[in-house]
Amino acid sequence: MPDFVLTVARFGFLILLWIFVFTVVGVIRRDLFAGTRSSRIVAAPRGVGGAAPAGRPVAKVKRGKAARQLVVTAGQLAGTRITLGEAHITIGRAEDSTLVITDDYASARHARLVPRDGQWFLEDLGSTNGTYLDRAKVSAPTPVPLGVPIRIGRTSLELRT
Amino acid sequence: MPRTHRNAELAMLLFAMALVAVYAATVEATVLETLTPRFWVPTALLTALFVALHMVVRFLAPYADPVLLPAVALLNGIGVAYLRRVDLARAEPDERIDLGLFSGVGGRQLAWTLLSLILAGVLLAVIRDHRIVSRYAYTLGLIGIVLVMLPAVLPASISEVNGAKLWIRFGGFSIQPGEFAKLALVSFFAYYLVRKREVLSLASKRFLGIDFPRGRDLGPIVAVWLFSLLVLVFEKDLGTALLYFGLFIVTLYIATERSSWLIIGLLLFFGGVYLAYVLGASVGGPFRNFYDRAQIWLNPFEGERPFNESYQLVQSLLGLGTGGLFGTGPGGGQPRFIPEVEDDFIFAGLGEEIGLFGLSALLVIYFLVVSRGLRAALAVRDSFGKLVAGGLAFTMGLQVFVIVGGVTGLIPLTGQTTPFLSAGGSSLMANWLLIAMLLRISDAARRPATGAAGGPAAAPGAKQPPAQLHGAATEVIR
Repeated sequence: MPDFVLTVARFGFLILLWIFVFTVVGVIRRDLFAGTRSSRIVAAPRGVGGAAPAGRPVAKVKRGKAARQLVVTAGQLAGTRITLGEAHITIGRAEDSTLVITDDYASARHARLVPRDGQWFLEDLGSTNGTYLDRAKVSAPTPVPLGVPIRIGRTSLELRT
Repeated sequence: MPRTHRNAELAMLLFAMALVAVYAATVEATVLETLTPRFWVPTALLTALFVALHMVVRFLAPYADPVLLPAVALLNGIGVAYLRRVDLARAEPDERIDLGLFSGVGGRQLAWTLLSLILAGVLLAVIRDHRIVSRYAYTLGLIGIVLVMLPAVLPASISEVNGAKLWIRFGGFSIQPGEFAKLALVSFFAYYLVRKREVLSLASKRFLGIDFPRGRDLGPIVAVWLFSLLVLVFEKDLGTALLYFGLFIVTLYIATERSSWLIIGLLLFFGGVYLAYVLGASVGGPFRNFYDRAQIWLNPFEGERPFNESYQLVQSLLGLGTGGLFGTGPGGGQPRFIPEVEDDFIFAGLGEEIGLFGLSALLVIYFLVVSRGLRAALAVRDSFGKLVAGGLAFTMGLQVFVIVGGVTGLIPLTGQTTPFLSAGGSSLMANWLLIAMLLRISDAARRPATGAAGGPAAAPGAKQPPAQLHGAATEVIR
């Protein structure tokens, strides 16, 4: 074999190796952008009355009656108000919760409220004593209508405009 | 329908195999100074095997991560091609051209690859949902501990190879049960932590701005710490101890999101290692082996040492040095001078031939595989899956760090295999099972929650609550 061919093969291999690496990175990159969209779909159960007319953005339809505040109606923190934004709200005894409730019947990370397209979803985080939406125990992400009490231990919460 | 990227996977797989073929061809052109008409046969066999696994993935895990399989296939292919190159180097010069394709370590590695891929396919077929593994968590935990302890209990004549008691040898075979124990232990840790994470993250004292858990919650971590030090003492192997201990710390960290576990873990590990070092210097006994290894690491070139104890490390460093930036070219190195080049030191042998430029590409590929594993852990919707995927991905990363760090002299050298590159059936099989598990979890993570029936938006997810894991929290990722 002439030396020239060997040199070409030797460096060609290294270059191809890096081209492979960049191809893989390219696939990952494309996947990341597709991934953000699909993972949102995955976790986004549509609202109860979420049959938005086709062609109109869901958020726009619901803007009028979107919840603006989370109000504690019963329990030690009664009267506390949290203004709702885009971020999700965690509820529990852990100090880093958005709403820290000192309630013997609450778990450290008890429940969380997640906004999706203008609708808030209540999700139990594996609490010991359960989270109730009105009378029903919450076992999967559930849309929270306005004014319906969320019960965690002795604490009650409501979404208000 | 969301895109599954299966065609991208196939294309990358074929690209990887083309790279392996180029490597094999260059080796033959350099070593034999001619290209035999059958140089492509091992690569073609590998390609057939990987494409078969790709088909299995296509049918059984259609949403799995497209990157894992081709990246790992490249590492495995380069491993097989390099091992054949080692066989060529060891054969007599006039016999090289007739060297059988399926003889020597290269041929055996090809057979192990076949077996490993069958196992990976079987795992994908049997475990259709990774959560069913949690049903057997305690059984797996027991199996894991038995597998780890077995070589330590068995007589040295059966279990000891090069000063480390990690093996079970019978007949011409030797298996490393610890490789499989990793998988079992990850599943057990994940299950245990999913059950206990409330307790572990609930009570803590704030000290120096970090949350430290209470003393009584430290129980399990201290137990595993002692256990891994026992492994270190009886099996004379720092690497394995580090692997199991790191595995537990990281699953704890993922489960509780408290960085204090990492700090405690590192302190305990370095404390334990330092103690072993001091004891090895003064008391000797079972700690002696570790002390010797640390000395080799600290001063490999001292006195007569390069010809005796640190011969392996010194040859490895010289090999890497010879390779330099671009290497001597595939087939251009001297793998005969590096001891154990087919398993522990394969990275040094490869480094001599593909140089820093090539080695860093391989390291980036490892990094990408690990990062995809962690990505699957982030995206999967149940805590058990998160912990298993995170733990498995991290274990692989740590193992690469331990062996590559050891071979390059960054940390004391311990006998770990380089995942997918090293010759050895148990390592290859265990790591392919690991990848199969990651494929399964990434498939679950990327699969639309509503199933394939009518697309993601058709059925509301609220009406199909995700399955619960024995009452543990099922997290829905943001």
